[in-house]
Amino acid sequence: MMRLRRYVPVVAGAAVVVALQVVLGATDATYYMTQITMSAYYALVVIGLCLLMGYAGQVSLGHAGFFAIGGYTSAVLTTCNLLAYSDTPLVAWCRSLGLVVARQDLYGASTLSIAPWAAFVVALVAAGLIALLIGMPVIRLKGHYLAMATLGFGLIVYRIVLGAPVFGQADGISNVPPFELACGLEVNGRAPFRVENYYIAWAAVMAAMILAINLVHSRVGRALRSIHQSEEAAHSLGVNTYRYKLSTFIVSAVFAAAGGVLLTHYNGSIGPSEATVMKSIRYVAIVAVGGMGNLWGVLLMGVLLNFLSLRGVFGTYDDAVFGAILIAMMILAPQGLLKMPEFRALSSRFSGRPHG
Amino acid sequence: MNLAQIAQYGLSGITNGSIYAIVAIGFNIVYNTTGIINFAQGEFVIVGAMTAISLSHVVPLPIAIFLAVLVAILLGGIVEVVFIRRARDASVLRLIVITMGISILIREGMLHLWDEKVRSLPYFTGTEVSTLTVLGAHISPQVLWVLGVSAATVAALTLFFRFTRTGRAMRACADDRMAARLCGINDRWMVTLSFMLSAGIGALAGCVISPVTQTQYDMGPSLAIKGFTVAILGGLGNSMAAVAAGLLMGLLEAFALSQLDGAYKEAVSIVVLLLILVLRPSGLFARREISLLRAA
Repeated sequence: MMRLRRYVPVVAGAAVVVALQVVLGATDATYYMTQITMSAYYALVVIGLCLLMGYAGQVSLGHAGFFAIGGYTSAVLTTCNLLAYSDTPLVAWCRSLGLVVARQDLYGASTLSIAPWAAFVVALVAAGLIALLIGMPVIRLKGHYLAMATLGFGLIVYRIVLGAPVFGQADGISNVPPFELACGLEVNGRAPFRVENYYIAWAAVMAAMILAINLVHSRVGRALRSIHQSEEAAHSLGVNTYRYKLSTFIVSAVFAAAGGVLLTHYNGSIGPSEATVMKSIRYVAIVAVGGMGNLWGVLLMGVLLNFLSLRGVFGTYDDAVFGAILIAMMILAPQGLLKMPEFRALSSRFSGRPHG
Repeated sequence: MNLAQIAQYGLSGITNGSIYAIVAIGFNIVYNTTGIINFAQGEFVIVGAMTAISLSHVVPLPIAIFLAVLVAILLGGIVEVVFIRRARDASVLRLIVITMGISILIREGMLHLWDEKVRSLPYFTGTEVSTLTVLGAHISPQVLWVLGVSAATVAALTLFFRFTRTGRAMRACADDRMAARLCGINDRWMVTLSFMLSAGIGALAGCVISPVTQTQYDMGPSLAIKGFTVAILGGLGNSMAAVAAGLLMGLLEAFALSQLDGAYKEAVSIVVLLLILVLRPSGLFARREISLLRAA
């Protein structure tokens, strides 16, 4: 019974998603769906970061780096042209497996490049491996040191995508092909695919939420919360704090990379602006507003704030708004907006559990 | 590489390095009294330079710089009183996020107050083409200004912390805040003062380096990360070691740039930062046992 109860918000969330589509369709405002879809992909990043910050209690100022690693890996692999190598046995073998596909580029020339689903897998594995390599030394650090180290990692990723010709330098990579899923569905940003992609994005978000909820309610989740409350106490009770923190770091990096891959295929392009430190700080701000360890709050705020930002509501004060949010939340309501007294009743009904 | 080239790179490294050292000392002053790493430290430097550039069109240069430093000191005080003081019992995670937010607000404020153009102060003596020759290397007289002002700042700070009543009170707070309060020191005022002091010396550094490196509203974070790297290299809180570490960092960067592509200039300091964080988080000059304790 308890196991099923935790999925009640998922069902409610799905109902809200459907209701929103119906309302937008009825009011002839389906163009909002494009930004909602993009916000949903950004929400994947903050769900992962929420696990790291809210449950493991570790800060990361470099998650835009993982987002960019995912997006750029997929973009490079799916836009490279292997036509010159099409006769080599390796490429021919990959082609027979469906790892390499032929398509026509914008000008009608035929190209041969890696299939998006293979690129997706490679991107996630790459992000996970990089997170493992970076995390092994870095996750041992505490507080300011960890913040600065992850910030340094983010800056290096930014410098590399800005400086390396293979990543298109300041222009980024464009003409990224759509991502064909099963049953004729595809991640594609063009208008005829709008409704379809709205549901694809939300399916991805709900899958991520179910994964995250299960993780939080598992043995791992309990261990993480004990680390967050008192690392020494957890350690003395036999929790391998280092291993749990590291694996959460990797999981959150993979979530961010998945968001990066999907959004890149949706937009058809990715640029260095996705890898900036300001983006990383934005994700931290969203997790802070959502209430650190409150997955549903973080999801709600992630979609809402990204949507407003993408619609250009904040104008030239876009970054300043996120800076102000950070300060205000940390000073006035460190538990998150939904945990403020005014919102408490609402929040406990929403998340289906009483607050102690 | 001949002697003249070595001297050229060396002098350029020392010039940048002395600015990194000043930024690192700014980090250390605040860290010592509060235990906070102030991510907005780089913004204080840029605010100082930007204010001086605007004022220099109206008043003579020395007065413009003096007023700019005063503005930065005021800003540092406001930041502490308005934001930091309210979050006194906050966790490290919260404090990081708060100072990060402050840095964004100041940066965006500068973008709206000025614009995104690159500006610079006029050269203090001579023009951009006047050079001196030292050991076969050609340098601008501004380099001597940078080195002189940095040295004077470090000397003045040393004297201040050692011989004045206020300076000693600040050191007492850094050592043990509760004990200092029991001795009748107004510890809250000392925290405000430390923010004002670090903002002031940051702004001064921003003014003297502006003719050489020029100034843009978003240069703060990269300066801050270099200053932080230097502060960690020297051991967080140790201002004298920060000077040595700053010069080392500047030299390393200058000679690395002589071999590397200019696009990777930023990467040099970040790689140093990651290495030092992983290998010796308590600094180059700390004893090995302390390193182990801190890292554990």
